[in-house]
Amino acid sequence: MLRRSDSVLPLILTLLLGASALSGQNAPPGAPPAPVAGRGGGGRSAYPQRPTVDPAVIERGRGVFSVNCAFCHGSDARGGEGGPNLLRSSLVLNDQKGELIAPVVRDGRPNAGMPPVNLTAAQISDMAAFLHSFPVGGRDAARSTPPTIVVGDAAAGKAQFQTRCAACHSESGDLKGLASRQADPKTLQQLWLMPGGGRGGRGAAPTKTPITVTVTLPDGAKAEGRLERIDDFLVVLRDSDGRVRSFPRKGDRPAVAIHDPLKGHLDLLPRLTDKDIHDLTAYLVTLK
Amino acid sequence: MNSRILACLLLLPLHAGAQALNPADLLKPLSDSWPTYSGDYSGRRYSALRQIDQSNVKHLTLAWSTRITAGMPNAGGARFGFGGPAGAPNIVGGEGTGELNESGGRSSRIVGAVLMVEGILYAATPDNAWAINAADGHILWHYVWKTKGGTHTGNRGLGMWGNWLFMETPDNYLVSLDARTGQERWHKPIASLSEQYFSTAAPIVIGRHVLVGTGNDLDAPAFLQSFDPETGDVQWKWFATPQKQGEAGLDSWGSLDAAIHGGGHMWIAGAYDPESHLYIVGTGNPTPAYTSGTRGPGDNLYTCSLVAINVETGKLAWHFQTSPHDTHDWDSTQTPALVDAEFNGRPRKLVMQATRNGYYFVLDRTTGEHLVTSKFSPTANWAKGLDAKGQPQRDPAKDFHVGGALVSPTNAGATNWMPPAYSPDTGLFYLTSEDGYAMYYLTETDPRGAMGLGGKDERGVATPGTFLTAMDYKTGRIAWRRQYVGSGAWGGTNVGHGLLTTAGKLLFAGDPAGNFVAYNPANGEPLWHSHLGEVSNSPETYLLNGRQYVLIAAVDMLYAFYLYE
Repeated sequence: MLRRSDSVLPLILTLLLGASALSGQNAPPGAPPAPVAGRGGGGRSAYPQRPTVDPAVIERGRGVFSVNCAFCHGSDARGGEGGPNLLRSSLVLNDQKGELIAPVVRDGRPNAGMPPVNLTAAQISDMAAFLHSFPVGGRDAARSTPPTIVVGDAAAGKAQFQTRCAACHSESGDLKGLASRQADPKTLQQLWLMPGGGRGGRGAAPTKTPITVTVTLPDGAKAEGRLERIDDFLVVLRDSDGRVRSFPRKGDRPAVAIHDPLKGHLDLLPRLTDKDIHDLTAYLVTLK
Repeated sequence: MNSRILACLLLLPLHAGAQALNPADLLKPLSDSWPTYSGDYSGRRYSALRQIDQSNVKHLTLAWSTRITAGMPNAGGARFGFGGPAGAPNIVGGEGTGELNESGGRSSRIVGAVLMVEGILYAATPDNAWAINAADGHILWHYVWKTKGGTHTGNRGLGMWGNWLFMETPDNYLVSLDARTGQERWHKPIASLSEQYFSTAAPIVIGRHVLVGTGNDLDAPAFLQSFDPETGDVQWKWFATPQKQGEAGLDSWGSLDAAIHGGGHMWIAGAYDPESHLYIVGTGNPTPAYTSGTRGPGDNLYTCSLVAINVETGKLAWHFQTSPHDTHDWDSTQTPALVDAEFNGRPRKLVMQATRNGYYFVLDRTTGEHLVTSKFSPTANWAKGLDAKGQPQRDPAKDFHVGGALVSPTNAGATNWMPPAYSPDTGLFYLTSEDGYAMYYLTETDPRGAMGLGGKDERGVATPGTFLTAMDYKTGRIAWRRQYVGSGAWGGTNVGHGLLTTAGKLLFAGDPAGNFVAYNPANGEPLWHSHLGEVSNSPETYLLNGRQYVLIAAVDMLYAFYLYE
């Protein structure tokens, strides 16, 4: 049952979360992974919500709709046998209290196969309130999701593991209890594809696995540490004493060697099929 | 002179003064001023200015900088100081209450073109516009629009006709301002806020037409409208998808309802060919963007296409679809470049476009004849190959999957809104590109699919690299590409590194680390740079009082550089 009071809060949360995730900054530590999509930038100045309506009115409208409209347009108004999705309909979105919907209901749309429906003004008004009670947005967190993302073959995944992963990892060593430490299979899958939440991509958190760098100066002296930043003109590292050191760069000088412990994972990506990924995950979720 | 343009000149308001834009200037190749989104109509972003060149660019120094302050007056909008110059006048318009206006966020972020006409700069962010003295950055006026809402993702800049400026607002109005004072002349509705449209595009003025595109993420019809610059009346409206029975392209959709809601929004300005009167613009992605079952198995015309529209009639002259039946929200709105150049041994009138899906295209811009397709993002894995027409053929297995599909590029695309550039000196087409991977999970189990951008959960995996990429225009082969070492992903459509080439044999661009850089366009070697923190729009150049300026925005700051004397 979708009641007005149930539906508005998730929408607001979605808008807020979506806006923060799209602000061009990384999510704060501990923030849930953001289901990012779209242009965003809505925040508090996005699309005005409709005024709240007495739930009894919406329930009456639901009844009217279910008897007269749902057969063609679906019980959730998202479209059904022959009738279009009404939630995204221009006419419904621009309607306030049934004033645009009423003529269509009463006259039908003979060219589109819709018969006239004999409803009273009050019934149409209630039915409009029901239609307007649905939160309408491109990103719709309220929709159903599959029960699990684990769709692969664990035995095939174990074989994959032996050939692709075992050189660096062991199910009885570093990965022992992996699926207990990370119980959500989707997060686990993202984790093994690119540990630390991935490098880049939308919705990815910054990696926790440090990249290190060695800078070899013209006199042969070396500076080593955790890579803080690098661009064409500067490399910045934090050495073992915690000191920030900055070295101007010009072309190949000074020599800079970057050691990315996740390069193996990065190089794996173009070689993995989706089945490989699904199989490996099906295996890794068994490592409780 | 083109007779239509001459007619437009005669129709200009009598009081058009010394600082008005002469519409004939819009037909000139890019040089002293910057009167339209891409500088000129060609979309090449190649300036004839050569005062700053490879030999002296190392002497580039700051001419001035200025900060724009968005929002309602007294919400941080007023400028106070100790004996400094008086604050710029604030002009307030709009149909909202002002409560929703941002004083920071996207409204304090310049991502669009800054016009330069007769010594005055005109800049915009969502709900805000400014006039700024191009000689020293002094703000002349600030206009703020009280918004009713809408997605405040950015504003791509203003259009100009005589003394009149044109701005689109996120709550879907076309606002015309008097460039001399910032006073509003009129505002006209573009689209319905209830249908969740939002308008970010830069209006393009061609003759007596103001071309206005818009955006939407909720399956609403997409259209380009032409407004009369004097009266604000709508002259024509072109829909990107069929809206009625019998219209061309309908057989590429599952139903008329699917076509009506099929999207294709034109939110980036196109290019214009004055000889053929064709406005050539990229259309957006089809909708629903991901779960495409209701769209049927067809190509979904004319979404994700390069389309040529006769600017006088609003009728489609030709189209070429660069992403048939897109399923990743990879719109093909990227700015095309119009180039007259040799191709297969004879001179041709070309149009080039690098699209968000990772592919580059060259067409004959008079006929739409396909000439070249190439892949500029080597990691792109969503297509099985090219069909007989030269279009990438989507691999449905790489749409998304309940268990996740590893897809390149990410939703942000292999490129995005950031304008590319072309240099006739090198014959190279330049763009910023990204090789990225993301997992696309199908989350919508209802066979009817989701609406808008719903139905999937995208999780980023990795960015093998972001690049300054240079391609041979004739083949699309990568001549060189310079990796932005240390760069992560773009983080969406918000960070941009648009490009500018000049006859001084320079290529200007921001880099992801926040440097503003002059490169050698022949090989990508940096020749000069200044660290600004975060570059947010595309470089521009203009000539004023005998000196060439290079202008760049860094969020809410504008920086102008010239040669140290």
